[in-house]
Amino acid sequence: MPLTWVLPILIVMGLVAYGLSRRRAIASVAGDARRLHSLPGHYGLNALLATMVPALIVLALWTVAQPLMIERMVAADFPRDAVAPGSTLALTLSDVQRVAEGLEDAARAGVIDAGRIAAMNLKEATEALRAGGTVMAAPLTEAVLTAAVEYHARTVAMRRAMLATLLAVAAIGAVWALHRSRGEFRARNAVEQAVRLLLIAAASVAILTTLGIVLSMLFEAMRFFDQYPWQEFFFSTTWSPSFSGRGGASQLGILPLLWGTLYISFIALVVAVPIGLFAAIYLSEYAGKRFRTVAKPLIEILAGIPTIVYGLFALVTVGPLLRDAFAEPLGLGNSASSVMTAGLVMGIMLIPFVSSLSDDIISAVPQAMRDGSLGLGATKSETIRQVIVPAALPGIVGAILLAASRAIGETMIVVLGAGAAARLDLNPFEAMTTVTVKIVSQLTGDTDFASPETLVAFALGLTLFVITLCLNVLALFIVRRYREQYE
Amino acid sequence: MNDTGLTDTAPAKITARGVQVYYGGTHAIKDVSVDIPDNTVTAFIGPSGCGKSTFLRCINRMNDTIAVARVEGDIRIDGEDIYDRRVDPVQLRAKVGMVFQKPNPFPKSIYDNVAYGPRIHGLAKDRADLDGIVESALRRAALWEEVKDRLAQPGTGLSGGQQQRLCIARAVATAPEVLLMDEPCSALDPIATAQVEELIDELKQNYSVVIVTHSMQQAARVSQRTAFFHLGHLVEYGETGRIFTSPEDPRTESYISGRIG
Repeated sequence: MPLTWVLPILIVMGLVAYGLSRRRAIASVAGDARRLHSLPGHYGLNALLATMVPALIVLALWTVAQPLMIERMVAADFPRDAVAPGSTLALTLSDVQRVAEGLEDAARAGVIDAGRIAAMNLKEATEALRAGGTVMAAPLTEAVLTAAVEYHARTVAMRRAMLATLLAVAAIGAVWALHRSRGEFRARNAVEQAVRLLLIAAASVAILTTLGIVLSMLFEAMRFFDQYPWQEFFFSTTWSPSFSGRGGASQLGILPLLWGTLYISFIALVVAVPIGLFAAIYLSEYAGKRFRTVAKPLIEILAGIPTIVYGLFALVTVGPLLRDAFAEPLGLGNSASSVMTAGLVMGIMLIPFVSSLSDDIISAVPQAMRDGSLGLGATKSETIRQVIVPAALPGIVGAILLAASRAIGETMIVVLGAGAAARLDLNPFEAMTTVTVKIVSQLTGDTDFASPETLVAFALGLTLFVITLCLNVLALFIVRRYREQYE
Repeated sequence: MNDTGLTDTAPAKITARGVQVYYGGTHAIKDVSVDIPDNTVTAFIGPSGCGKSTFLRCINRMNDTIAVARVEGDIRIDGEDIYDRRVDPVQLRAKVGMVFQKPNPFPKSIYDNVAYGPRIHGLAKDRADLDGIVESALRRAALWEEVKDRLAQPGTGLSGGQQQRLCIARAVATAPEVLLMDEPCSALDPIATAQVEELIDELKQNYSVVIVTHSMQQAARVSQRTAFFHLGHLVEYGETGRIFTSPEDPRTESYISGRIG
């Protein structure tokens, strides 16, 4: 029976358990539901959960473990001298897996009889594979076929075992829950507990994913540092990767990229923070209700524009404008791609992040604060400067930091607005580039995941991650330290 | 009803004539005329929603901050029309301090809370002068002894009663002439209430104090004059003792004896 049948079967079993458990609970109190400890539905739900959840957990673990176990068993039986020269055991084993899956596909498509797989010879198997639509790079060998047959047989056996285990687990769960489904059983508490575990699991997924991302970057970055000295990476001021095949040493210094990132982000924040904050203050404190209901969504639309569109705007409008209006007359360069272009456009992109969040936070400051200040004879601007903004400051700092991490992680605007030249320069009208852009360019095209030129992307990513992490920690510290708390 | 003329000779600090207040379509205050003397405590009593807080907020033009509110009629402080075009509500509010129902200290240090008004109005010549103003305001609010060692700590960290006295100190520090209090004790326990009431009694040496209260005992304890509001009308106004012992209007009598409200 194929795997797709497992889920419906489990669901049906769960629903049946639900109905039986509910009925049994009501029967145990002679039909008077008021004498039950919990609502009848709770007894049903408890049985449903006891039936399905353990079985689903087993299913998930099994699905992950099965291919690994089979591969290990097949690998143990595989003759080492059958590995083709120039190839590795791992590559040959993936061939084995493809052949096994190909044969099964062929059987499913009706080209061959599934029972015949175990007794096939080379010629038959090759034809079956071709007919089944599996393309092999190299001709099939006897050893691979033998292994594939073993692989297939083991898969089939494992699948049967899994189905039996699943059904057994579900049945045990259902019987156990039914057995407990009597009037005095605290079904509601059991269900509440299960819900709590579900919520914990959901929260853990986010945390574990983050951990997984960090670890995977960490391992790849460590491979990079095995091949490339870290002093060079962190302190070299030159970024010039050589392209594979042409030879020559690459220079992979992060400093020019980091400089570009920070420079562009700085300009973006210089644009976005004052404009965003003033807009937020106007919207929350001065604007009439009607204006606010129109203006706020309009500003928030800015946040919905894809960054590539901002990039186009930078490329065709802002870049040439800045070059013609400032850079060339001032003798600062003749490049349309520049730090200034990317910074300005990114700043515009960030305005809604700052303004929308700050607006919400300022609006959340209690009216009592405004009344108190106005009642003492303060003007509106005094009230805003000395009471409202300090009260809202932790939130405003949070909004600015969110904008900062967006700026540091932004890629498309930089590609189109600032160019791709890694450079350490103070002139804002020069083309520069950022860490993110270089991550993209190192990982696109023909890549070899063993060379430092590719692996450097992970080291760059990790550095970027550490920087934003430090920024967030710093922000938390500042907010805690200088929080002016209202009730 | 309009016969609320003063029986004593104390000069009227605040005079209101024919005041009407509208909140959008609601007529909240209906033709209220009243004379409030200097150096007395005047209590506004009445059931919830009768307009006493609204009328209080007319006296320092706090209703201006509510977009839908509209005030008509004539309110004068020392004979000067406070709704005149030339009057700046900001300056008026410096002269007419206000303490609110719920303690609302700013999220600043105790010192900065009290120094807020003097700073924005430039009342202090230098730091030492400001220190003096803060100290005397805190002393007047009977809070100095409790907070003198922790002036740099946040005002929000004080207890409810201390917070309310801090708000009173904050209002006093601005050197107002009139002090408006909108149910200043409704969020306080009996001990803190007693402290604030004692304070109100002292404050009348220097100010004309107007207090809105739901507690008739409080009105009887702290005020010299009482005004009873009902459904936006000023029903009766006179000496506190007389209002509580021999009210003229049957509605006042019902309210005081607990039959309406």
